[in-house]
Amino acid sequence: MAARIDNEIENHYHLIPMDRTLADLSPNETGRIRAILGGDGLSQRLAEMGFTLGQLVRVVRFAPLGDPMQIRIRGFNVALRRNEARRIVLDLL
Amino acid sequence: MAVAAPAAPASLSAHSPVPHRAAERRYVVAVIGNPNTGKTTLFNALTGLTQHTGNYPGVTVESAIGEFTVEGTHFLAVDLPGTYSLAPRAPDEMIAVKVLLGLGEGVHAPDAILCVLDATNLDRNLYLLTQVLDIGRPVVVALTMTDLAHKQGIVIDFSELEKRLGVPVVPVQANRRIGLLAVRQALGRAVRDTHRPTSLIHFPAVFDSEIDSLLQSLPHTNGHPALPRFLLERLLIDAGGAIEAELAQQLGSGIRTQTEAARTRLAAAGAPVPQVEVDSRYHWITQVTEATIHQPLTISQTWTDRIDKVVTHKVWGLTVFLVAMAITFQSIFSWAAPVMDGIDALFKAIGTRVGDLLAEGPLRSLVVDGLIGGVGAVVVFVPQIAILFGLIALLEDSGYMARAAFLMDRVMASFGLSGRSFIPLLSSFACAVPGIMSTRSIDNRRDRITTILIAPLMSCSARLPVYVLLISAFIPVQTVWGIVGLQGLTLFAMYLIGLVIAPPIAFVLKRTALRGEPVPFLLELPPFKVPAWRVVLFRMYDRSWAFLRRAGTIILATTVLVWALSYYPNQNRVAQEFYARRATASSAEEIVHLNIEEAGARLRESFLGQAGRTIEPFVRPLGWDWKIGMATLASFPAREVIIAALGTIYNLGSDQDEGSIELREAMQAERWPDGRPVYTPLVALSIMVFFALCCQCGATLATIKRETGSWGYAAFTFTYMTSLAYLAALVVYQLGSRLV
Repeated sequence: MAARIDNEIENHYHLIPMDRTLADLSPNETGRIRAILGGDGLSQRLAEMGFTLGQLVRVVRFAPLGDPMQIRIRGFNVALRRNEARRIVLDLL
Repeated sequence: MAVAAPAAPASLSAHSPVPHRAAERRYVVAVIGNPNTGKTTLFNALTGLTQHTGNYPGVTVESAIGEFTVEGTHFLAVDLPGTYSLAPRAPDEMIAVKVLLGLGEGVHAPDAILCVLDATNLDRNLYLLTQVLDIGRPVVVALTMTDLAHKQGIVIDFSELEKRLGVPVVPVQANRRIGLLAVRQALGRAVRDTHRPTSLIHFPAVFDSEIDSLLQSLPHTNGHPALPRFLLERLLIDAGGAIEAELAQQLGSGIRTQTEAARTRLAAAGAPVPQVEVDSRYHWITQVTEATIHQPLTISQTWTDRIDKVVTHKVWGLTVFLVAMAITFQSIFSWAAPVMDGIDALFKAIGTRVGDLLAEGPLRSLVVDGLIGGVGAVVVFVPQIAILFGLIALLEDSGYMARAAFLMDRVMASFGLSGRSFIPLLSSFACAVPGIMSTRSIDNRRDRITTILIAPLMSCSARLPVYVLLISAFIPVQTVWGIVGLQGLTLFAMYLIGLVIAPPIAFVLKRTALRGEPVPFLLELPPFKVPAWRVVLFRMYDRSWAFLRRAGTIILATTVLVWALSYYPNQNRVAQEFYARRATASSAEEIVHLNIEEAGARLRESFLGQAGRTIEPFVRPLGWDWKIGMATLASFPAREVIIAALGTIYNLGSDQDEGSIELREAMQAERWPDGRPVYTPLVALSIMVFFALCCQCGATLATIKRETGSWGYAAFTFTYMTSLAYLAALVVYQLGSRLV
């Protein structure tokens, strides 16, 4: 199931498999936002909340059942699902 | 960016503020802010006991409303839902935009806007403020959480911030009532000030010229464009948003192609939407925060981080969660019970007293069984509602609710909902009425409606007496697989049915009637704090009162209707027969028995009894006789009524409960004309399955109507649940009788 979604996202956004997204980070890893993929409501919501290009994001933890994930950005905590985190492409530090 | 343009007759056009009414002028202030900014606490502190739930003038959606006066200026304050931005993606998010712009029939723009900003998260909070300033109404900023910011080592230059924003900035600590007067005074000055705040954000010139040509192309009234500039900017930026949908409906789909073309040109010019807005605003915000805020480089671990480590832990987190949910569930399931029994007894006592004062006849029956019984049936829900909302307010105001949604999201996501639906569904196991009322915390409307529609499938506490009566009378006491009692297993199965059927129904609803843009799960996990008792108490009071006032009247009306159906037609024949028999009775005991028998005879002859016989062909395939059918009909307003109804039908009197040995024996003795027993374990099972799935609850339907604003959803719930119940009971009986 997860592999299928990965494939779909890669085909849809022409992602190079080597690109790392927020969903690929482990707890306590930090990255810098390079791009947010897709032009729908979610990208806009994320940007409004401060997910702007160049901003640092850190994964705090994953929920006990594996999803969603808690991340920290601009000093506040926010939960989002892996599926959504996959659209946030990062430059690793 | 310019200020909103003045009036025009289209329905999305702006109205000027409320006209002056001689001496007593009441100013309207809209309160807006991000979620978790302490906005509600500030609103409570500003308006105090005047606060109530009501509508913004001209708008049908409910919000908190309150009043206050400062130096002779009278204010009406309206609390708008917490939001991160004024970009509406769903129709319900349009409401705030319409209110702020004064759009629509009878809606007037507020005289001032109080924008609540969290000092610990200033950059994200300023985003909303820059949008609010674009509207061009007088604005006052209340800066909350300044004490927390201070603790975190954040230093804010207030006067520089005020200078940069161009509007008054007032630091407040609402829970300690600091800064309240200053906020009121600033609002008092703001509504008298003729100077209007100006937009701070400059968009690229290509963007502004696209807006200009959009404005030119639209119809004009009296030389003014028909729509405010703010609305067109949002139309251009929010591709696929609520404004686009509404304008396309009003002006035709031409507007859609027009904005699509404009967006393509903007993207080619290097200013793609929505990126251009976010970049412009955050560019300005970064400049302001760099000049006004000094943040420590390393942020030390906060209390919130420490608590989070426990409450989101794989073992401890789930343990805390289970304990919290067990307490919530237990409190509505059992702790409310003594109060509910008390209310029940009280209304029975009132009924007896009043009944003694009235002569035997229709009036006495209407007053005692219809009105007093009906009011009792409404009031009995209040303890559960008050307790549940007290607990929910505690969980929400402390910050734990977001963690509960975080923990449970994975489970709920598997059938298309989010973690926010968990508490409403759990609460529905005690009672669907408070459960449905608590769906207000679900921010997405389609998710909220789906949750409301499946909530009544959860096996509520009113179903329990029905299960207990039938299981104890007809399910044999024996053990299966060596250890499990068959009776307990049956009870467990009844609770499981709704739980198993609800997910596929939610799944189907989310893909058919309630499909739409996928709902992103983006949930802020706010810092933990000590809950404000004012917020908790107000919520308990407000929710109980709202239920009594709105749902109460409908429940009362249904109760009276069913009373009439079970009392009429006027049965002179029955009355005369029993009058004659009482005259020959030899003892008081016999008279009591005759009275009970008469009640049974009357019920069997009533409209309801006739209806029971009419529907017999439909309930026979379920294994039921007409008496069961009739008792089921009588329990449509409230399912637990079936026990009293069976008591009356079998001439035992209506004061039976699920533990009654008499009633059990009467049911076991009931025979078909050919001598076979009416009730077999299979028939009992078919009745229980029907009751587990059927929506026999007027209060639930009234609450669905109230919360969704439409009878359509109530009618849908009733129809799908009743059909489901019938089909399931049919399958159980037909399959069962072929297997056994």
